[in-house]
Amino acid sequence: MQRNGPLALIFHTLFLAFILAPLVIVVVVSFTDKGYISMPTDGLSLRWYRAIFEARELTDAFLFSAKLGIAASCCAMVLAIPAALALTRYRFRGRGVLLAFFMSPLMIPQVVLGAAFLRFFNIAGLSGSFFWLMLTHVIVIVPYAMRMVIAAATGMNREIENAGLSLGASPLTVFRRITLPMLMAGIMGGWMLSFIQSFDELTMTIFVATPGTMTLPVAMYNHIAHTIDPLVTSVSAVLIFGTVILTLLLERLVGLEKVLIGRG
Amino acid sequence: MPSLGASRTKHAPWLLSTPALAVFVSMLLTPLVLTGLLSFYAFDSQRGLTDTLTLANYLEVFTDGYYLEIFGRTAAMALLVTLVCIVIGVPETVILSRMQGRWRGIFLLVILAPLLISVVVRTLGWSILLGTQGLINNALIAIGVLDEPLRMLFTFSGMVIALVHVMVPFMVLSVWASIQKLDPQVEQAGLSLGASRATTFVRVILPQLLPGILSGSIIIFALTASAFATPALIGGRRLKVAATAAYDEFLSTLNWPLGATIAVVLLVANVVVIAGCNRWVERRFRSVFES
Repeated sequence: MQRNGPLALIFHTLFLAFILAPLVIVVVVSFTDKGYISMPTDGLSLRWYRAIFEARELTDAFLFSAKLGIAASCCAMVLAIPAALALTRYRFRGRGVLLAFFMSPLMIPQVVLGAAFLRFFNIAGLSGSFFWLMLTHVIVIVPYAMRMVIAAATGMNREIENAGLSLGASPLTVFRRITLPMLMAGIMGGWMLSFIQSFDELTMTIFVATPGTMTLPVAMYNHIAHTIDPLVTSVSAVLIFGTVILTLLLERLVGLEKVLIGRG
Repeated sequence: MPSLGASRTKHAPWLLSTPALAVFVSMLLTPLVLTGLLSFYAFDSQRGLTDTLTLANYLEVFTDGYYLEIFGRTAAMALLVTLVCIVIGVPETVILSRMQGRWRGIFLLVILAPLLISVVVRTLGWSILLGTQGLINNALIAIGVLDEPLRMLFTFSGMVIALVHVMVPFMVLSVWASIQKLDPQVEQAGLSLGASRATTFVRVILPQLLPGILSGSIIIFALTASAFATPALIGGRRLKVAATAAYDEFLSTLNWPLGATIAVVLLVANVVVIAGCNRWVERRFRSVFES
């Protein structure tokens, strides 16, 4: 492979600056001591980080989103693991259609999903329920969860399972003691990716969120659409730090490239 | 599994898929069908939904200049964002591939990690940067390029810049996937046979990256055409696109049938573009190998 010339390195630097600029500016502004958006020229202040704890609507939304994300990604894994095993281990009629159906939420614009769930909730009288909101998130994240489990199950060595069966273990024991542990990296990666997707979901959720079921992205969107103050920057900075930690974990666990390829 | 009988093997995949299938049929298929039906209901501003079935909503979306402008703007935005992502994303990926192992991994992580950061957060960053009191304006005034602040927030270009930032990692990701399959010896062969570096890049490397560029473009076009948060916060009320228009019909104007119609048109256009491009890429891909 060729080396990069000086022009290439300048381009590379500008590209990185473009990628990092909006994230860096949010973090920098969050340390201001002023009551408005400004650079922290008079020294760093944690004023707006303390203010997070007094903003009840944002802390409540944060806790709600965390609860929703955990419940939805656990539920998505429970649905995705058996279906992914069915899709990788058996060749059956309708397999292609089934796989396409489970992956279809990636092809459907999230506004369309939001509109569809709003109409459905309206007819069935389900608005404002945690459980049903969680199921809408499950639909959105199952493709991510399933893809990770399929990737893990495809590369798996089946000999060990067969050995377990031939030594007299029941299929359930084999699943619990051999299959599940061997899939664990894929399952954990899938769970974390699902959690991030659910925790960040805005476009679909904004259609069905109610004052009692307000997620953090929706609360932040409403806040920003109304006014931009340093409070949203400190909340955003906390989210950036949190995501960076989760991203590094994901990178360690399965490799970020693998997680993201084909996403969208 | 060897211990299972033939009949159990036949039913096993369906049994394993049943829970997921049940949730998908009741929570995905049903709502989508209901929304499709909703788009055929007549809407009366006094009485709301009426029982009459009509094609009036589709007629309105396809003939009213207001909605045509919205769909035109959406398509122009998606096309422009895709082009800019190709122009800056492809060279960056090639540069990355020529770096040393450890740096390459770190930079790849820096470029891809924003994909996992909330779009609301990234859009907030651009609102702060692009505002009339924002960093870009202040810097340009300080170095004397501008006399007075340039209006970038609530403009089409501002929207495109912020969306390129959201989308360009997808281009890097899919071009990266095809660079991995590249054989460095082919490039060496081109160079040793006397082609210049530029010729080698255009005639030897670029054609091999084409499938990756095209699949990245399809993803970016589809996601941009249905983007909501960035156009809503950076474009504002006046620069409506399909997604924000559907949102307004559902939650402000409360004309649900019209909102459903916009949603159906967006969905169908999305599926047609994705499926059409995929087919085209596959055909093109095959002819590359056959010729």
